[in-house]
Amino acid sequence: MYETVIGLEVHLHLKTKTKAFCGCSTEFGQEPNSQVCPVCLGFPGSLPVLNKVALDYAIKVALSLNCKVQEYTKFDRKNYFYPDLPKNYQISQYDLPISRNGFLNIDLDDKSKRIGITRVHLEEDAGKLIHQKESSLVDFNRAGIPLLEIVSEPDINSPQEAYEYLTILKSIIEYLDVSDCDMEKGSLRCDANISIRKKGAQELGVKTELKNMNSFKAVKEALSFEVERQTELLNKSKPIIQETRLWDAKELTTVSMRTKEEAQDYRYFPEPDLPPFIISKEKIEEIRKTIPELPKEKKQRFMQWVSASSANTLVSCKIDAELAERLLQSYSNKKLVADWLINVASSTANSLNCSIAQLGVKEEYYIEIFGYLDKELISNLTAKAVWDEVVKTKKSPSEIIKEKNLIQISDESSLEKNIEEVIEENPKSVEAFKSGKENAVMFLVGQVMKKTKGKANPKMVQEILKRRLTDA
Amino acid sequence: MDLNTLTANELIKKLDKKEITSRDILTSLEKRIKEVDSKVKAYVRVNDSNLLNSELITHNSELSLKGIPVSIKDNICTREYNTECCSKILEGFKPPYDATVIQKLKEAGAIILAAKTNMDEFAFGSSTENSCYGPTHNPWDLDTVTGGSSGGSAAAVASDEAIMALGSDTGGSIRQPASFCGVVGLKPTYGRVSRYGLIAFASSLDQIGPITKDVRDSAILMNVISGYDAYDSTSINIDVPDYTKSLESDIKGIRIAFPNEYFIEGLDKEVKAIVQEAINKLKSLGANYKSVSLPHTQYAIPVYYIVATAEASSNLARFDGVQYGFRAGGAKANLIDMYKKTRGEGFGQEAKRRIILGTFVLSHGYYDAYYLRALKVRTLIKQDFDKVFAELDCIVTPTSPTAAFKIGEKIKDPLKMYLSDIYTISANLAGIPAISIPCGFTKKGLPVGLQILAKPFNEEMLFKVAYAYEQNTPWHKMKPKIAV
Repeated sequence: MYETVIGLEVHLHLKTKTKAFCGCSTEFGQEPNSQVCPVCLGFPGSLPVLNKVALDYAIKVALSLNCKVQEYTKFDRKNYFYPDLPKNYQISQYDLPISRNGFLNIDLDDKSKRIGITRVHLEEDAGKLIHQKESSLVDFNRAGIPLLEIVSEPDINSPQEAYEYLTILKSIIEYLDVSDCDMEKGSLRCDANISIRKKGAQELGVKTELKNMNSFKAVKEALSFEVERQTELLNKSKPIIQETRLWDAKELTTVSMRTKEEAQDYRYFPEPDLPPFIISKEKIEEIRKTIPELPKEKKQRFMQWVSASSANTLVSCKIDAELAERLLQSYSNKKLVADWLINVASSTANSLNCSIAQLGVKEEYYIEIFGYLDKELISNLTAKAVWDEVVKTKKSPSEIIKEKNLIQISDESSLEKNIEEVIEENPKSVEAFKSGKENAVMFLVGQVMKKTKGKANPKMVQEILKRRLTDA
Repeated sequence: MDLNTLTANELIKKLDKKEITSRDILTSLEKRIKEVDSKVKAYVRVNDSNLLNSELITHNSELSLKGIPVSIKDNICTREYNTECCSKILEGFKPPYDATVIQKLKEAGAIILAAKTNMDEFAFGSSTENSCYGPTHNPWDLDTVTGGSSGGSAAAVASDEAIMALGSDTGGSIRQPASFCGVVGLKPTYGRVSRYGLIAFASSLDQIGPITKDVRDSAILMNVISGYDAYDSTSINIDVPDYTKSLESDIKGIRIAFPNEYFIEGLDKEVKAIVQEAINKLKSLGANYKSVSLPHTQYAIPVYYIVATAEASSNLARFDGVQYGFRAGGAKANLIDMYKKTRGEGFGQEAKRRIILGTFVLSHGYYDAYYLRALKVRTLIKQDFDKVFAELDCIVTPTSPTAAFKIGEKIKDPLKMYLSDIYTISANLAGIPAISIPCGFTKKGLPVGLQILAKPFNEEMLFKVAYAYEQNTPWHKMKPKIAV
């Protein structure tokens, strides 16, 4: 049996107003080459000056990932030729990164697992190539945007764990509000190193580096594909080649980009234009104070109200967690609040590709719906219909319920007629029930609900039906 | 009297009294350049430059350099004029911005001369022969080199084709040509003058500095260009004194020293005797003399050629034909061919040699043995100076082991050429300030330079000693005779 070993390298655009080493704007989606200056274009004679906010953000992330912030740090040049890299070197960090030795806990089905963080360092992004038929164009707007590189230890043992790691990492970064974490816009990118080895083996297998995954789902798919590909090779006693492979999201396969022999020598050396610097303990403590409550702590607090797994789901998106918190605080039936957000509201949000908070439903409307449900004035089915209407029209639930006369019928005499009709119309189900098939009653309840257009109180209908059929 | 022969200080007085205008100065410079520059070749692209159009500044009499033209080395960015580092690869490059020193000059009322001065390509050289425009000729003997890399600036000042000039110094590129041409050249403390807009050779060694006709002009120019710059993270935020206040002739009790290790085989006898004489002069003016040791001196050249080429190989990577300057390979070339042809045709021999050397010392498996070790030795060299300056005020040495050599004499032998910077390189490695002043002539009539070094941010000491020496010697008043 084999064991999978995965290490992830995440690149994050920091949400600073200006670039890492010059005053140009970092705004996304502007006219090509409209946000450039001699510094980020690497013009001769220009010099970089570190953006202090980018450094603060980097420290903030490092601390939140339990890393040790290095007191003495410096920048280095990573040398390679590519037309999107204006100086043909990238200002990055090599042997003295801003921080090292952190960790992140991921929640698996039954337990929590610690994934080590090797290092978090600051660097600059490159520009973007736009390929045309006979030529290529370069847009340098992105060149010089501060990038945070977060490297994990090879502690991840399955594609699912990788997915969980990314989800939690993203959630923390969002809580810190230092990056948009938008994979589509390229503000979060992820490369993966993956190898497999015999279970219990000490040495790592030959690894491949995976690139070009544009979503967390793609990361998971690409890793799963690699596990299979590498397992198959090992089973056939064929060698695994150390190489970089690209994920092809259309073909759902990875293809070789370059082998180790073609790997570059980056000739790192200390960036002479930026002297090494000290990050003082005071500075670190000052930044530590600005770190807000993170998902882990929020989850702990939510667990006073709801189950661990519900709490986990509720805290993953920051603004939704804040909404959940306000609702949990102001409504007594915590389970109802959690179930509603997790099952109903989130599926609506997913279908509209936004967060629950972005649906824009007023908190008082949630409370109204919860009230109707708790008092059994409407059925779950009705509640969902009302919710959809609220999202669509922004009208209050009570207005919708009134307009459409949706109050649940919980008065036995009003239901009697419908129940009698259903019994007469469905003799087979009645027989089935009488001969001992308890489940047949659910079909009959469904028929009553249909007749009352969902307004009947299903619990009550079931009770009456059972009583009627056993009595007779 | 021809205005072009005067110092900036003398011209400022005349401008103050309204005896002359800055246009008069420009006119006399233009005349002189037309007379002799076809022989000296201190300037590049001079035919494309309308010198009288150099006048850009309104003359506010409050400003320290009001109306004084300053000649600029071809590696310092000027918004109005091409800046090509005398390299084909920067053909046609006009920077979109002014270097910080240019901005400061403009703010001080100076006129930036439209023609730039010649240099070794990217400042790689000690003779100005590595320019894509060909060598500058030494005004004292047109068959000899000017030194380099700021040979154009030094020759322009020496031949009165310039009032004052800026050069850059990475391993002696201001001081050695100043010495060869008989003018005053100062390399400031690393961090004293902003490097923003200086096209980098070796970022941790480069400094911009003045090349002038006398010590006072050097101080005047330093007053303008010095100071912290938020755009250069390696510039240092220390107050700039008024350097002209250091110009006093009393040096009684100043402690000077000659390092034992500087008596090397290659030190020319005549140069040695002339420098010895200069030291005697300083002693006679009241300086206390002793000899000292800088034990790591012999490692300066190897350390320098590792650190400087490593940084250069990376700094020059940006010249790839993508954004600006020269591009070869035609529209149909693929990327790699375009890179290869552009860099193959765009860089000269010495640039290629240094890029290859630098790439080698940084490459995987060699980094620790070369670059990292060089950094460690660099620290030792710096500590040598720290120890000396804990007890002494300045070190005096020859600027170069020989006077100017013949054009073509060393160009085929890079190691010999590198030795001509043996006395200047250490100051860059240690980051300390150093000045070269004229201290005599060889029998052949070639100037010899005296180098004075002091501890970091003590340019005042350099000015004090240099000025005292200058006031008591005739050398700075000597002018070369160029057949017109």
